[in-house]
Amino acid sequence: MKIAVCVKHVPEQSKRIDPATKRLDRSGEGAINPFDVHAVEEALKLKEDRGGEVVVVSMGPAGAQDSVRKALAMGADSALLITDEAAAGSDLVATANVLAAALESEAPDLVLFGQQAGDSDGAVLWAAVADRLHRPVISQVANLSVADGKVRGKRQTEFGYDVIEAPIPAVLAVSDAINEPRYPSLKGIMGARSKPQRTVSLSELGLEGGVTGEAGSKTVVQALSDPPPRGDTVKIEDDGSAAEKIVEFLAERKLV
Amino acid sequence: MSTLVFLEHHGNELLKPSLGVLSKATTLDQDVSGVVLGSGVRGLAEQAGKFGAARVFVADRPELEAPLPQPRVDALAGLVRDREFDTVLFASSVLAADVAGGLAARLGAGLNWDLTDLVQQNGSLIGKRPALGDTVYVDVGWKDGPRLALIRPGTFDPQGVAETPSVEIEDLEPQFEDFSLAATMVEQAHAESEGPSIEDADVIVAGGRGLGAPENFKLVEELAQALGGAVAATRAVVDAGWYPYATQVGQTGKSVSPKLYIACGISGAIQHKVGMQGSGLIVAINKDPNAPIFEYSDLGVVGDLNDVVPKLTELVRQRKS
Repeated sequence: MKIAVCVKHVPEQSKRIDPATKRLDRSGEGAINPFDVHAVEEALKLKEDRGGEVVVVSMGPAGAQDSVRKALAMGADSALLITDEAAAGSDLVATANVLAAALESEAPDLVLFGQQAGDSDGAVLWAAVADRLHRPVISQVANLSVADGKVRGKRQTEFGYDVIEAPIPAVLAVSDAINEPRYPSLKGIMGARSKPQRTVSLSELGLEGGVTGEAGSKTVVQALSDPPPRGDTVKIEDDGSAAEKIVEFLAERKLV
Repeated sequence: MSTLVFLEHHGNELLKPSLGVLSKATTLDQDVSGVVLGSGVRGLAEQAGKFGAARVFVADRPELEAPLPQPRVDALAGLVRDREFDTVLFASSVLAADVAGGLAARLGAGLNWDLTDLVQQNGSLIGKRPALGDTVYVDVGWKDGPRLALIRPGTFDPQGVAETPSVEIEDLEPQFEDFSLAATMVEQAHAESEGPSIEDADVIVAGGRGLGAPENFKLVEELAQALGGAVAATRAVVDAGWYPYATQVGQTGKSVSPKLYIACGISGAIQHKVGMQGSGLIVAINKDPNAPIFEYSDLGVVGDLNDVVPKLTELVRQRKS
């Protein structure tokens, strides 16, 4: 079974939006989106159970190589990174256009996503990609099994647990409760560099500029502003007396 | 402007967040339509009239019985194209997010998510979106229609406008794609266990993944008992089977607003925040000084909950005795 895992390279720490471009500043250090690590782990577990291969697919700046390599170090077999200046500033549909083209060329049995992007809080990409690929989709999967050419996902909604089944090939988004991701071993880290990694431009995927990037996006960011002011927050370090301080704080407000 | 609101339902009721979005839409547009997709749902259309919908489209089909997104994308895409809606609004939910994402791809349309307000500014529609852990507010717009938006649940309250509404009901005959009918519901909305209700509690002590192990929920339970409060949990620990679903606070769980909310080992991701930000006073105990929960706690304690929580329980017990 061939499994593609879509991963996003997201900025670490001091996240800021560039006031000039109104895009997220991606110039600093980045890392693999923590939610996507669960998707990588689930793909590796499926491969260990059933055989097959795991390919990592990412769209992002050249620095996204770091995130791709993390997934390879965990155990993925190969990687495809789509990097192109013309793809910068892509919104949902512009991103889905590119990922769908890349995934079509890989022809995986399963496509896995993490449950959301840690930078944009987006939690819709799989649905857009599944529509582009004409494949069934199951999201928020907290438990996944494969049998008889079908994939079954148990997932949580506002009302309880659903169990949904779909024929393979299918697109899935897994929740962060699905597994505890492994740490890359030293051997995995050393071996990651020598695994097949392709970096492609939009034209190499057969895409024209108009379908992605800012030109291919239908949403715009108009302005940035400060959040509404909140009440004061007090933050203390526990030096052994934190419990007393909490009680004082609650007592002043007549809550104990 | 011609606005369509996706009206989600469960247990033969239209959901409050959807009706809230419908109410909001009627303040932005005089001609708002709703759409109800399901099986045996025709009666729900009348309900929508009470909240200001001039027209409700209904697709009553067995293919729409299970709350799965893809057949809904088919039905909505046909409707939006035929009637040339320029705006489609959704109250965000597990189902609505998947429907909106799929519809955006199908129509090649712009989708903005997690909006906490919608306004008309110089003739264009603008959405307000808190970003980067609510540290910055972003005004988002659309280049052209159709404009798709997911609204953060609980943002708008439903406002009844008519006791005896005159709502026009139109039946839809959607065409379904083969791939849209490929996924099937094997078992639906099964709540795995019942627990005490947290919605009416004045004090809630909540536990998250930072507890480290399910047995450590006893620390949370003891503190809750000392304070006369209820125990709540995050989605992560509920999904991991540490605590029952009925106690879950957050986007896919319950929204609570106790006088006091004590968060133990909860990092405070946005999905949790939306379920408890209405609390009177928030106290957070977490060993990670960078946990987002500290940004919206009234009192944040950076420390080991294994030390702090038992001590706190003991002190509360002493005060009460």
